[in-house]
Amino acid sequence: MLELINVCKTFNPGTINAKKALKGINLRLNPGDFVTVIGGNGAGKSTMLNAVAGVFPIDSGEIIIDAEHVEHLPEHKHAKFIGRVFQDPMTGTAATMEIQENLAIAARRGERRTFKWGISSKEKKHYRELLATLELGLEDRMTAKVGLLSGGQRQALTLLMATLKQPKILLLDEHTAALDPKTAAKVLELSDKLIAENNLTAMMVTHNMKDAIEHGNRLIMMNNGNIIYDVSGEEKKNLTVEALIAKFSESSGQEFANDRALLT
Amino acid sequence: MEALQNYLSSLPGACAQGMIWGIMAIGVYITYKILDIADLTVDGSICTGAAVCAMMMTMGAPLPVAMICAFIAGMLAGAITGFFHTFMGIPAILSGILTQLILWSVNLKIMGIARDASSAANIALSARNFDLCVNMMEMHKSLVVLEIFAVVLIAVLYWFFGTEYGSTLRATGANPAMSRAQGISTSKSKVVGLVLSNGIVALAGSLLAQYQGNADINMGKGAIVIGLAAVIIGEALFGWLSRNNFALKLISVVLGGIVYFIVYSTVIYIGLDTNYLKMLSAIVVALFLAVPYWKKKYLSNTNSIEKKEAKALLKAQQKEAKKKGEQ
Ligand SMILES: Nc1ncnc2c1ncn2[C@@H]1O[C@H](COP(=O)(O)OP(=O)(O)OP(=O)(O)O)[C@@H](O)[C@H]1O
Ligand SMILES: [Mg+2]
Repeated sequence: MLELINVCKTFNPGTINAKKALKGINLRLNPGDFVTVIGGNGAGKSTMLNAVAGVFPIDSGEIIIDAEHVEHLPEHKHAKFIGRVFQDPMTGTAATMEIQENLAIAARRGERRTFKWGISSKEKKHYRELLATLELGLEDRMTAKVGLLSGGQRQALTLLMATLKQPKILLLDEHTAALDPKTAAKVLELSDKLIAENNLTAMMVTHNMKDAIEHGNRLIMMNNGNIIYDVSGEEKKNLTVEALIAKFSESSGQEFANDRALLT
Repeated sequence: MEALQNYLSSLPGACAQGMIWGIMAIGVYITYKILDIADLTVDGSICTGAAVCAMMMTMGAPLPVAMICAFIAGMLAGAITGFFHTFMGIPAILSGILTQLILWSVNLKIMGIARDASSAANIALSARNFDLCVNMMEMHKSLVVLEIFAVVLIAVLYWFFGTEYGSTLRATGANPAMSRAQGISTSKSKVVGLVLSNGIVALAGSLLAQYQGNADINMGKGAIVIGLAAVIIGEALFGWLSRNNFALKLISVVLGGIVYFIVYSTVIYIGLDTNYLKMLSAIVVALFLAVPYWKKKYLSNTNSIEKKEAKALLKAQQKEAKKKGEQ
């Protein structure tokens, strides 16, 4: 479904600030894989997800989504394949537009936008039903500006938008990090539900080791621009946080360092 | 008494001028409010519209053709700015200034064609010689024509920005990162917005040339400030009326233009030195632009959306920090 072959990315090349963020990443996701991604600060987790999303051009390597090479495409052309939820709840939605307008824009991801009216009444009905499943009361506020919503509501809406049009890959980059624990748990549960219902292929970066173990069918650990550990199936299910930290030291020769990591 | 008489008789003129500049300000609204770009191209493209219209009329073209050509010329000017900004990566403000400078030369050349000279700083477009749709001599007719223009323009824009395609422009201005994640080419949206905006500004320029009876190389000086003033005044005075309705918002912009020129006439009536007018407009616009910033900075207990969101974020961060401390 997604294949990264020897993907390299250096920020600010040729300057004293040059930073090799990805050092030849190789990764292959099978359809239906739900991969959690962990790693220390600056390990390259966000950079890897952004490379897949086409936020910047990569230096070398190949990115193949559903048998199509995408490494040369601009960001907005990657969108056809990808649903995204960001760490910052502000990033995924347009604050000055209505809830239903945001959904209508997401429903047309990767399609030609025509001069038909931006939202049909059939759609509105569909959105109302979908919003009701969130149990946040948003179905009665469809014409409210998204800027009025709380961070958790916005993340839930962004999740809905990312999956409204079935993506080949769903990318979640610490999408619960800015939320309070209770809301975070709810948004995570919703993510699980949407991924399972739509049988999505997904990558989720998290700084919560426990979440990384409990969710998904596969876990990868990154360090210093490399994937240093890749585990799935039974072996992943039986992981513990302690074992993960030990694994990290063993593979990298360093202490696990992420100032936001939740180790318990 | 005579001064008062003069003042009162100047009011219909102020309304006409206000409507022309209000139409121009709708162009400014598209870039400034919808796309979140401060586009200075307009100082040049309003004159381009006037010059093209006056030149074509002088060369014998019928009025509708001349005005359509003015509209297209403005769109081309917007395309140049869009090209500078998106393809060459030049900041939007600078892109607009560069195009403005290009247009200075181009406008002189366009007007030169009418005079059969290599360039000209102005050309006449008198209602005595041509069949014009607005002019100072027929104030009543002019006002009706301008009203129709404004209504049709607003109706078309209401439709356009409501379509799937038009929504992509609104999204681009609201959140470029989200737009790209949803498959929208923000570069393309910006170019389309700049093209549309400057087309409208040039169309207003062609109306202005007819109204004042000439096209002049200096007629666009400070146009952006008048445009912004109309947008800001409209929002301040009639914003409560328009709420979330896009058509009403555009109507407020036109009304803002009218208010601006009524104030202008009043200032003249009071006897203020008109040389100060540009300065005054600039200061008023500067103050209004500062209001949102000041609100954020000094009114800590406003319940604006940003404040609420900032607070929520801060709370989340504090919680996280606390959690970290506990470990
Ligand atoms: N746009 C950029 N310009 C320059 N350097 C960057 C940029 N984005 C990331 N980097 C650098 O690349 C490295 C990898 O960053 P990345 O954001 O991928 O880390 P991460 O694994 O997501 O870390 P975190 O857990 O802190 O989010 C870091 O050293 C970072 O400073
Ligand atoms: Mg990150």
